[in-house]
Amino acid sequence: MKKQKRRSLIGDILGLIFAFLIFIIPFLFMLTNSLKDRRGANQMSLSLPDVFHWENYTEVLTFNHGIVLTAFKNSLIITAGAVILLIVTCAMSGYVLQRRRGKVMSVFNAVVMAGLMVPPAILPTISLMQGLHVYKTLFGMIMIEVALQTPFTIMLYRGFMSTIPIELEEAGYIDGCNRGEMFTKVVFPLLKPVTATVIILNAVNIFNDFTNPLYFLPGASNSTVQLTLYNFMGQFSSSYNLLFADVIVITIPMLILFIIFNKKIVEGMVAGAVKG
Amino acid sequence: MNKKKIYTLWFLIPSTIIFSIFFLIPLVSSLFYSLTVWDFKSFTFVGLDNFKMFFSERSLSTSVIHTLIYAFLTCALKVILAFFIAIFLTSKIKTKNFLRSVVFFPNLVSTIAVGITFAALMHPTKGLFNLVLSTLGAGRIDFLGNTSLALFSVIFTDVWKGVGVATVIYVSGIQSIDKTYYEAASIDGANGWERLKNITIPLVRPAMNSVIILSLIGGLRSFDLIWAMTGGGPGFATDVVSSVVYKQYAAGFYGLSTAGNVIMFVLIAVIAYPLQRFLLKREES
Repeated sequence: MKKQKRRSLIGDILGLIFAFLIFIIPFLFMLTNSLKDRRGANQMSLSLPDVFHWENYTEVLTFNHGIVLTAFKNSLIITAGAVILLIVTCAMSGYVLQRRRGKVMSVFNAVVMAGLMVPPAILPTISLMQGLHVYKTLFGMIMIEVALQTPFTIMLYRGFMSTIPIELEEAGYIDGCNRGEMFTKVVFPLLKPVTATVIILNAVNIFNDFTNPLYFLPGASNSTVQLTLYNFMGQFSSSYNLLFADVIVITIPMLILFIIFNKKIVEGMVAGAVKG
Repeated sequence: MNKKKIYTLWFLIPSTIIFSIFFLIPLVSSLFYSLTVWDFKSFTFVGLDNFKMFFSERSLSTSVIHTLIYAFLTCALKVILAFFIAIFLTSKIKTKNFLRSVVFFPNLVSTIAVGITFAALMHPTKGLFNLVLSTLGAGRIDFLGNTSLALFSVIFTDVWKGVGVATVIYVSGIQSIDKTYYEAASIDGANGWERLKNITIPLVRPAMNSVIILSLIGGLRSFDLIWAMTGGGPGFATDVVSSVVYKQYAAGFYGLSTAGNVIMFVLIAVIAYPLQRFLLKREES
């Protein structure tokens, strides 16, 4: 017994050392360099700043008429808009796809499966968006994110529906619910746990998305958080303190989200991966 | 209850409309546009010229090789490393919840932020990696500037960022294994390695399959980390198909770019899809 205890203690210590060296140091590196002056940060060392330059953060946030704040606003609009639409459309689809059988359903299910793997066809999408006059608009960007996250979200809802007993619906019909009431008053409230997963996972994915805004939302006025960070890479190539201040500004919301929803995020990622 | 009436197809309409307009229709039309030279307004049909160009131009065709190296290597490393991390994080250590969080968190960080940070850590003269190497007495290495090394430096960063997801998938797979198997094995006198080989590895296979598929597809599609760290360079040393798609688009060669996109579909269709079929079948038998 004593031997086992000592072995697990050694495991704890080794685990902490490795985790610190491999996973924590890069974050300390970001943090400490975001608080140095320009010359200090450009040396790219892990040392503590001599003086804490908190003004780096105000400088980043007010740079170019507050482009970072505008980008945060845009990213939040896109994320919130897409997540709300995804919840409504995919909960409805997942519900019917799980309950109904038949040839049409197999086609839908096959398309959902394929949609999990296949990347978007970028240029034809741009061309089509131009035709619809939604290219370079927040609305168009929201639609793209919804379309790309639809297979994954439907899969989560469909998977969860299979755990809801059909008897609850039968009881609803006896009480005189119609189809719409059935979904809004009986089924949708029961989907709450998976809806929470859907919100968190999609919010993280969409907020962190760089590639799609790069293609579908170019231009300074509509910039998103990830695009501004990418552009700063060029603009701040000789002032790493500001670059890392922006990195920290973008990372902190995720850290807060992770501290609050740790379990939900991890469980959701596992559920999404295993069912896909 | 009439099922067809209750579970009406009307409920599928909103998803279907958005998914069709912004995903399916462009996908289908890309097959056509990859055979043309076009500028969004007009097009000329050129047959397979774009594909011929893609595979005859070395700077373009190497991107297919790089994509395959990137996808298979990141996948293999994640499958193996995450397995051992997960074994460690399901053992009787006190800090396992904290350590799981630490390993997982990089996955939530913006890829661009990770790319910027590791590009700085890998800086040829000032970077932390080289500082460690030189204190160990080794020479300096230009991680991202050396053409034969750059791709592997990006692969390393990708694994750093993505190993956490693979780990938590394994952890949940290991935790779902019935404890009585291990107890029975201990009574029969099986040692740690035998238990790992005969119980854990076979029973964790569904989780392993998820990790394989997920990281392979992620690898075949990856763009943002490469773009942030090297921009496809030096030269074309880290160009993958998706970065060629972007470069050709930026250069105005829309037909060629779309052909690259179609090559990506084909790669995924001939690698990921049969692999998933195969893994699922093996899981069932």
